[in-house]
Amino acid sequence: MQLTNRAKKLEKKPMTLAERAYLPAIFQGLSITMRHFFMKKATVRYPEEVRPFAPIFRGLHVLKRDEQGRERCTACGLCAVACPAEAITMVAGERKKGEEGLYREEKYAISYEINMLRCIFCGLCEEACPKAAVYLQPDKIAPPRYERDEFIYGKDRLVEPVSPDARSVRGIQLTADQADTLRARLA
Amino acid sequence: MSPLFLFLSFVALLSALGVVFAKNPVHSVLFLILTFFSLSGHYLLLNAQFLAAVNIIVYAGAIMVLFLFVIMFLNLNVDTEPHKPALAKIAAAVAGGSLLLILVAALKDVHPVGVTGTAFNSQIGMVDQLGLKLYTDFLLPFELASVLFLVAMVGAVMLGKREVGERNF
Amino acid sequence: MLELPALGWQSIVIFVVFALSLLIATYCTYAERVIAAFLQDRVGPDRAGPYGLLQPLADAVKMFTKEEFFPGGANKALFIFGPCLAMITALMSSAVIPFGNNMSFGNNAFFLQGIEVNIGMLWVFGVVSLGVYGVMIGGWASNNKFSLLGAIRAASQNISYELAMGMALIAVLMMSGTLSLREITLQQSAPGEWAMWNIVRQPLGFIIFLVCAFAETNRTPFDLPECETELVGGYHTEYSSMKLGLYLFAEYINIFVASAVMSVLYFGGFNFPFQYELRDWFVNSQSWELASAQNLITLLGTVGLFLKIFAFIFFFMWIRWTLPRFRYDQLMRLGWTILIPLAVFNILLTGGLILAGVIQ
Ligand code: SF4
Ligand code: SF4
Repeated sequence: MQLTNRAKKLEKKPMTLAERAYLPAIFQGLSITMRHFFMKKATVRYPEEVRPFAPIFRGLHVLKRDEQGRERCTACGLCAVACPAEAITMVAGERKKGEEGLYREEKYAISYEINMLRCIFCGLCEEACPKAAVYLQPDKIAPPRYERDEFIYGKDRLVEPVSPDARSVRGIQLTADQADTLRARLA
Repeated sequence: MSPLFLFLSFVALLSALGVVFAKNPVHSVLFLILTFFSLSGHYLLLNAQFLAAVNIIVYAGAIMVLFLFVIMFLNLNVDTEPHKPALAKIAAAVAGGSLLLILVAALKDVHPVGVTGTAFNSQIGMVDQLGLKLYTDFLLPFELASVLFLVAMVGAVMLGKREVGERNF
Repeated sequence: MLELPALGWQSIVIFVVFALSLLIATYCTYAERVIAAFLQDRVGPDRAGPYGLLQPLADAVKMFTKEEFFPGGANKALFIFGPCLAMITALMSSAVIPFGNNMSFGNNAFFLQGIEVNIGMLWVFGVVSLGVYGVMIGGWASNNKFSLLGAIRAASQNISYELAMGMALIAVLMMSGTLSLREITLQQSAPGEWAMWNIVRQPLGFIIFLVCAFAETNRTPFDLPECETELVGGYHTEYSSMKLGLYLFAEYINIFVASAVMSVLYFGGFNFPFQYELRDWFVNSQSWELASAQNLITLLGTVGLFLKIFAFIFFFMWIRWTLPRFRYDQLMRLGWTILIPLAVFNILLTGGLILAGVIQ
């Protein structure tokens, strides 16, 4: 049954002598492989050489701090809602007196966990966040581990360091002045 | 009787007995190959290198491979072997024994004509000498044999040729 | 000067040839992987040692330390005997290959050849025809259908291609008039006509021989006995540990021997262009002794032979990573209906040319 007339009519010709002798075809194949012998190799020798990350690469998450070193996240839960893989869980808490230097907002995340086995690194959490707190870093991947529970990243491994020199390259960056003030305050 | 001769004869006889007595047909075939090897060793001792090599190539290398080939397919083992009546066994033993007797009696004191220790040409087993003999004194039988082989080979090629319209796959 | 009887020198040569076959086979495994990688735009093993040169060693350690496995219902004695036999037959054939001309130190003269027999070619042929036993016995003793099929395939393939191979050899023999590999080599070295290597006089025979050599060594495109797409692993499906290693190793030794035989028979063996001119130049212009000049030429010739052998080994691997496998019926048809008639034709042609006096 013919559904379309796109089918290509193939003529089955008897093979010519050169085709039947098979040797020309062999030499053609040999020349192709020989060309590849001298081509540039595609291998990346991994531990010594790493492939460059694309600038838009979405890797391991980071919870940013603001210019005074306070956590930005306010535990609004929008990232968890946006997450298609349901990888994010958090427990919200109220900021006490004297903790103003630690948390930017009055409500903050007591715990914040991302399950890296569930996460598909889509970046929707980053887009959903109103406080510009969660980002996917362009230069870090979630490394392989032996145990499943090691893939559940808590705040200890997600929140970026206070020091302006050790901050993630993704997200809101400090200006030179802000970095200097922060350094002075930490010193 | 050099020690090498004794050793080779010992191996030849032992493996020949092994051919007969081995329960497993594959073992029999392997023993037979060993027998051929020791026979080739004898040929070498007789300074017949060509014969030794050809014996190995043709018998051990080709014919016994076919034997093994067939036997592997047959799946012969102790339970599938048909039980032969005792009478047949006795008859076979008598027949084989008398053949052995006749051979020994006939060959016991044979004196090959024209071959004496002094006149014997020790180089006769070399390739070129053998070739000369074959192509002069024994030309007709040799050629007949080669025609036979050629016919067999052409026959094999013809059997392998695809007939018109035949397509099995 | 070391005082050794002639036999002493010869036994050293035998030992060296033996060790060399093993060494080359070892590095063939490495070369195979690197060449395969390069032909596929990869880099191959490069972790063990500089450029991965210790990889064969690592493989050997791996092979030796793996579990030895015996399949249930296997014939244990023959199961062990199979790989041994494969290895023995593979190693035996390198004994008669002339790796170099004669060397002389003072009164000691010896050939760079394991043993010089006047039936060298028959020896190689006989040993090659025995090579299939290792595969057959191993395949049968495994008590596995796939192994058995692999063994059967190996047997029928080897027998079929031996015929064409033998007939390609006969054409060479008709020209040389001797079975000694050393004689055949020397005949290709007539002074002043170094272009008279047998490849020039026997191009058709060489192609037939080459194809048959591929089939005899069970290499792609004729590696049906171990065809993994159809037979799991072929005859060595059930083998593990060093017994598997011996089978794989035997294959590489066979490649080495096949390459050496082809170099000797068709590519002038240890001869190289302008060798006599070079020797005379050393004797006349550099006032060397004739013996030492000859020794130098012999050594250079050995190096040249090994270069030829390595080129052939490379060719084996190059083919392997280029061509797909034949189907079994295609293999048989190629052997029986194309190569054998072609070889017969080649014999007739050679005979005719010899009669006409074109070649001797
Ligand atoms: S990257 Fe996507 S999947 Fe991963 S936590 Fe964010 S929203 Fe969920
Ligand atoms: S990371 Fe952003 S979206 Fe998620 S809870 Fe914190 S503030 Fe809300």
